[in-house]
Amino acid sequence: MDLLNTVLQGVLVGGLYALFAAGLSLIFGVMRLVNIAHGDLIVLAAYIAMEVIKLTGLPPLAALVFVVPLMAALGYGLQRAVLNRTLGGDLLPPLLVSFGLSVILQNGLLAAFTADSRKLDAGVLETASVSVGGLSIGLLPALMFATAVAVIAALQFMFYKTALGRAFRATSDDAEIAELMGLDRRRVYAWAMALCLGVVAIAGVFLAIRSNFDPFMGPGRLIFGFEAVIIGGLGNLWGTLAGGVILGVAQGLGAAIDPGWQILAGHVAFLLILAVKPRGLFPRMDG
Amino acid sequence: MSDGLVVDAIESYYGDFKALHGVSLTLKPGSVLALIGANGAGKSTLLKSICGLVSPKAGRVSWRGRDITGLRGAQTVGLGIALVPEGRRLFKSLSVEENLILGGQIGRPGPWGLARLYDLFPILAEKRHQPATSLSGGQQQMVAIGRALMSNPDLVLFDELSLGLAPIVIKDIYAQLPKITGQGMSAILVEQDVTRALNAADQFLCLAEGRVSLSGAPRDHSRDAISAAYFGT
Ligand SMILES: Nc1ncnc2c1ncn2[C@@H]1O[C@H](COP(=O)(O)OP(=O)(O)OP(=O)(O)O)[C@@H](O)[C@H]1O
Ligand SMILES: [Mg+2]
Repeated sequence: MDLLNTVLQGVLVGGLYALFAAGLSLIFGVMRLVNIAHGDLIVLAAYIAMEVIKLTGLPPLAALVFVVPLMAALGYGLQRAVLNRTLGGDLLPPLLVSFGLSVILQNGLLAAFTADSRKLDAGVLETASVSVGGLSIGLLPALMFATAVAVIAALQFMFYKTALGRAFRATSDDAEIAELMGLDRRRVYAWAMALCLGVVAIAGVFLAIRSNFDPFMGPGRLIFGFEAVIIGGLGNLWGTLAGGVILGVAQGLGAAIDPGWQILAGHVAFLLILAVKPRGLFPRMDG
Repeated sequence: MSDGLVVDAIESYYGDFKALHGVSLTLKPGSVLALIGANGAGKSTLLKSICGLVSPKAGRVSWRGRDITGLRGAQTVGLGIALVPEGRRLFKSLSVEENLILGGQIGRPGPWGLARLYDLFPILAEKRHQPATSLSGGQQQMVAIGRALMSNPDLVLFDELSLGLAPIVIKDIYAQLPKITGQGMSAILVEQDVTRALNAADQFLCLAEGRVSLSGAPRDHSRDAISAAYFGT
C-alpha cells in the first residue's frame, strides 16, 4: 500500500512537471527556440501572483485571472521586442539571449524581493485530502494534475483543430512559405510565446502554493520541464504529461528509499530512458 | 502600364552574393511570361523578389501602379500575388485540405474556393484528409497550385511546375493551365523545358547569370537565338 501511495503521489506531482514542460514543448515545436529563461519565468509568475494577491486579496488560484493575461502579454512583448531578433539562423543566439534573460530575471527578482523564500497561502486546499480505498489523495495535487490534463488537452485542441494551431504548424514546417499565406512569422511566434507564458503563469502559481520559492529556483524547474519534454518525445504535447509523470514517480520512489535521492532518481530515470530511446518515448517531430 | 507588373532594374543579393544585376520586365494583365534560363541564372530569385521573399537592394517593383519593392511576403499576397514554389514546399504537418485552406485564409474575394479547386483536381477531394506530403509528386504539385489559387491572385508565379514529375503528369497539369490563367490572371512561368514554356506563353524573358540576355515574343526570335541566350553565349 505504501508503494502504491508513493507512486500515486508521484503521478500527481508529475502534473506540475507537465505544466512546466508544456510551454517549452510548444515553443520548441513552433520556432525551435530553447528558452533557458523558462524556469525563471515560472518563478516570475509566482512573484507576480504574490503581488496580485497583496493588491486584491484574492486567493491564489483566483489570482490567475490576472496573472495569466499579464504573463501572456509579457510573452507577446518579449517575443516581439527581443526573441524574434535572435531567430532565423543559428541555434546559438536565442540560447545565449535567453540565458542572459535568465540571469537578468534572477537578479531582478533578487533586487525587488530579496532572497527570502516565499509561499502562497491557499488555505484548506493545501491540506485537504480524500481517502480512496486506503489511499489518501491530496486535493491540491489532484487539482494540479487535473489542471495539467485540461491544459494539455486544450493546447492539443488548439494545435490541431484551430486556425491558430494551423498557423503554428505551417510556420513550424516552412516559415518562408507560410509568409506567402499571409502569416507574418514575427506575429505567429509572439502568439506562441503568449500562450506559453499563459501556461507558465498557471505552473508558477501551483508551484508557489505547493512549496517555498525564491528568485533562484528557476533553473531547477527548467531542468524538470526539459526532462519531461525529452522523455515524452519532442513535439508531443501528451508526451510531456507522460514525461512529467515518469519524472514524478521516479522522484517519489527515490525519496522513499532515501530522501536525499529524490532529485537524483529523477535524473537517473531520465538518463535511462534517453539511453534506451534517444528520441524519447513518443517522438512526433523529426529533427 | 500601371495596371500590370513592372520590374525596373532590380538588384538582389544573398548576403554579399549578387544574384540579379539590374533585371527589368513588364507584364500586362492577362498575359503569360515564360521565364527561362540555365541552372543558377536567377529565375527563382526574380520570382522571390517579386513576391517579397527576397528584398531587392536597388531598383523597383511595382504592381498595379503601386510600389511594392521590399514588402514582405505576408503583404504581397493580399495584393494578389501568389507563388507556386520550386519543389512545392507543402506544409507537411497539414492535410491536403488544410494546406488549401491556409492558402485562402487571407480571405481575398474571387472565383477560387475549395469546391472549384476540387472540380479542377478531383483527386484532391478524394485525398483531402491525407497528409499533403503523402501524395504522389503530381498530386502534390496540384496541391501547391491549388494553395496558390486559393488566395484568388491576379498574378501567379509558377516556379518549375514540372520538376520531378512524369511526362504524362506534366501534360495533365499543362492541360489545366489555360483554365487557370484564362480568367484575366497574369502568370510568370519558370520552366526547365524551354519549348513547353514558350508554347504556353505569349512573351518570354531569358536570364543568364543574373542578367536579361533576351526577351520578347517567342515568335519574334529564332530557336537558335533563344538557345544562345539561354546558354549565355
Ligand atoms: N538562399 C541562397 N543563398 C545563397 N545563394 C543563393 C541562394 N539561393 C540561390 N542562390 C544563388 O543565387 C543564384 C541564383 O539562384 P536561383 O535559385 O535564383 O537560380 P535559378 O535560375 O532559379 O536556378 P534553378 O534552375 O537551379 O532553380 C545561384 O548562383 C544560386 O547559387
Ligand atoms: Mg530556381
